[in-house]
Amino acid sequence: MEPVNLKEVQNLIDRFAQKEVYIHLETTNGSYASHVDENFFNAGAFIRNAKVEYELGKIIGDVPSRVGLKLGNLGWIYAQGITHYELDDKGRLLMAGHDHQGKLAVSLQISETPFE
Amino acid sequence: MIEKERHVLVVFPHPDDEAFGVSGTIASHLKMGTGVTYACLTLGEMGRNLGNPPFATRESLPQIRKKELQAAADAMGLKDLRMMGLRDKTVEFEDDEKMVDMMNALIEDVQPSLVITFYPDYCVHPDHEATARAVVRAVSRMDEASRPKLHCVAFANHTADELGEPDVINDVSEVQDLKLNTMRAHISQTAWMLEDLEKRLAEKDPDAIQWVSQERFFNYRYNQGYN
Repeated sequence: MEPVNLKEVQNLIDRFAQKEVYIHLETTNGSYASHVDENFFNAGAFIRNAKVEYELGKIIGDVPSRVGLKLGNLGWIYAQGITHYELDDKGRLLMAGHDHQGKLAVSLQISETPFE
Repeated sequence: MIEKERHVLVVFPHPDDEAFGVSGTIASHLKMGTGVTYACLTLGEMGRNLGNPPFATRESLPQIRKKELQAAADAMGLKDLRMMGLRDKTVEFEDDEKMVDMMNALIEDVQPSLVITFYPDYCVHPDHEATARAVVRAVSRMDEASRPKLHCVAFANHTADELGEPDVINDVSEVQDLKLNTMRAHISQTAWMLEDLEKRLAEKDPDAIQWVSQERFFNYRYNQGYN
């Protein structure tokens, strides 16, 4: 993965606009967060292979950046904390936010084919 | 002294779950000529360590973990490694009875005299808990006379308060190098921990030496609510 370059990521987001795409969206602190610190409130969310069509997508702000997708059916998809991206060998846009230790904290991925 | 078994079945959900507390025991059984089957339920697809800077993506991680798992099996000398095809962090959401069926099929197939898994309610990660419940249910429903022994790994913070001291302590110092190699095989997950451990071993830190030379298990107590 490469550190986010706003212009390049924006171009890639535009490439998938107004098409049926599959989304992977995830936020996580890791399952051990409350084991290591009992006061830690561990929350996370995970969606894989949600099929959507967005009319407009944007990446905003200095890194870590925010990515929002405005869906044609009045819906929204949003991720905060994006630091890295890659257009992988299957033509999928993988965006990820890595914390200060390099651990994955958030992931938003867009693909024209289902994720395995 | 580790007792001689007919066959050992090890069931954990993540690549590397076997490395820390059980790989020495697995290597010891294999050295005695005992067959060992390791069923690993997922490929750790949701792991957070992707390197810094990241060398893996959410999508490439499973293939990396799969190779590491195979390398870990090779390091232990394990031939019967089974990847069960579930997805990391979703094990608890699978149908509970289907999970028990999966464990029944494994037990039926390999006829173990010893089964090793986590201890339900004392193993922290939701995937560990779900795996442990399924194994315990499968074994506890067998006739008492034909049940294999069931050794469970427990490491929740309240373990000592509630379960006391481990019932089984295996001295694995003879296969310590194999154990360290097993941990090294899972390098995408263990790099940080190994750096610290190897430093402590070099300094002859007694806790670190005990950690790599002893493996601890609890016999499952069949009155704890899972059957």
